[in-house]
Amino acid sequence: MSMRRVAVVGAGMTRFVRRAMETPKELAWHAARMALDSCGLTLKDVGGVCIGSAPDAFDGVHMKGEYLSDGSGAWGKPVMRSFVGGGTGVFLGPHGWYHAASGLFDVVLVVAEEKMSSFYPHAQAAFVTIFDHTTERPLKPNLLWIFALEMNRYMQTYGISKRDIAQVAVKNKRNAADHPCAMLGEANITIEDVLNSEVLAWPVQRLDVSPVSDGAVAIVMAAEGVAERITDRPVWVQGVGWNLDTAYWTNRDLAYPAYVERAARMAYDMAGVREPRKEIHIVEPYDPFDYKELHHLEGLLLADRGKAPELTAQGVTAREGAMPVCPSGGLLGVGNPITAAGLMKVAELFWQLRGEAGARQVPGKPERGLAQAWGDLMQVGTVTILGTQRPA
Amino acid sequence: MTQRIASYPGTALSEEDIERGRVLSIHDRLRADYAWDAGLAIGRYLDGLKAGQILGVRCERCDRTVVPPRAFCEQCFAPMDAFVPLAGVGTVNTFSLCYVTWDVKRIAEPLIPSVIDLDGTSPPAGIMHLLGGVATDRVRIGMRVRAVWKPARAREGAITDIRYFKPLRRG
Repeated sequence: MSMRRVAVVGAGMTRFVRRAMETPKELAWHAARMALDSCGLTLKDVGGVCIGSAPDAFDGVHMKGEYLSDGSGAWGKPVMRSFVGGGTGVFLGPHGWYHAASGLFDVVLVVAEEKMSSFYPHAQAAFVTIFDHTTERPLKPNLLWIFALEMNRYMQTYGISKRDIAQVAVKNKRNAADHPCAMLGEANITIEDVLNSEVLAWPVQRLDVSPVSDGAVAIVMAAEGVAERITDRPVWVQGVGWNLDTAYWTNRDLAYPAYVERAARMAYDMAGVREPRKEIHIVEPYDPFDYKELHHLEGLLLADRGKAPELTAQGVTAREGAMPVCPSGGLLGVGNPITAAGLMKVAELFWQLRGEAGARQVPGKPERGLAQAWGDLMQVGTVTILGTQRPA
Repeated sequence: MTQRIASYPGTALSEEDIERGRVLSIHDRLRADYAWDAGLAIGRYLDGLKAGQILGVRCERCDRTVVPPRAFCEQCFAPMDAFVPLAGVGTVNTFSLCYVTWDVKRIAEPLIPSVIDLDGTSPPAGIMHLLGGVATDRVRIGMRVRAVWKPARAREGAITDIRYFKPLRRG
């Protein structure tokens, strides 16, 4: 491909909280400003701006990209918002990469912001509009339904228990106890706590689910030749992939996310990764629900179908394990301001691959990591692979 | 960089902060009314429901029958207009016992949303609907179910013309 190589050179984020005093624009500014400061740049250095934010319905603000633009450092600049539901945060990987790889911009500021708390009384009701208005919405569906239905099908297909799945919530919430921006870090949480939590939509219980959150994350991406002048430790975009399955979600195999596999294969091909289980050192898969981490590890070809729970039980996916998964604490622990949570995963790879993750640092000097997100009507797979080696 | 930052921005508020007026916020309600056209394929589907029949649609080229009907095959992009009446009997692909409403109010008796694979379709090709007439501890994946219709005079051409799906056998 006759594209320029692109690296992440800076990152910033706000705390993730249930309800932030700051407006969306103020949150975006905090994260964007921190990302620029982290690599010694100012707005003058930024050529183009990429914004990701989820449905306008959360904020009740139409054209949220335009609304967020000045808080995202886009005053007087070319700006583009992308949106693929929950997949948006990691889609910002390809989105920002394109902007720099194409040769259009040398430095790109990439900002993800979400403020879900504005919707009253609970952001969940805003999700009803994702269902088909004629064939599904009259049944008064609730967002939990699709997760509960998918989780039950996944459990049934492979004989997986609730206890197997609860391990993921425990691991991620414990990991999040070391994250300074986390909302639900719990160093001492146990599997029993998860299994005894309130039943929402069986098999989904309260602690199987990530929280409604507010927050923002930003990264700075730069093209080859420029990135090396900004920092002596650029973290390179090695591969990107994305894929959408049909919106007829009831016409799909709910036990396996084929669209995640297609997105992963696209990214692996670009990154030259042939044996993902050996060549991916850290994974930040999308974990809005605990079973989703398992589902996604399988779609990413990092576990055999139905076998991801075994990796968790064996400690392979622990922070000190052979393949750390969600060392950040993930959405279950850090929080889930939708697109910001996705970009948080990309930022986590950046920090981990530079050895700057503090108490969360995975051992063994990892060289390559993968972030993945998922969304819309369970149909989107987005993947970004970062690594310390400049792509050939 | 995370370890170099001493304090992260983002100020957490509690419900009490709002209720007590410690911080200001503006509350408003948006009014949004819509009239959605059912369209070609779903229009036929709704006509069928009013008549007490579930219609699928067939793509001869891909040799598959799906429901809900659609005007074109998303796989081969050919028109899809061969409607096929389905028997209204199927198999529970998956289900949930849901104790909260769409706007997060707690309910004592759970709703039982389900994906039901209808006989005569090419799997996977289910629809989402509710299960009823079954005890919560009796619901199983793989259970055979049939549509329970509203009386003809009460039907209006909506997915709710099917009240729910119930087990074929008493459980």
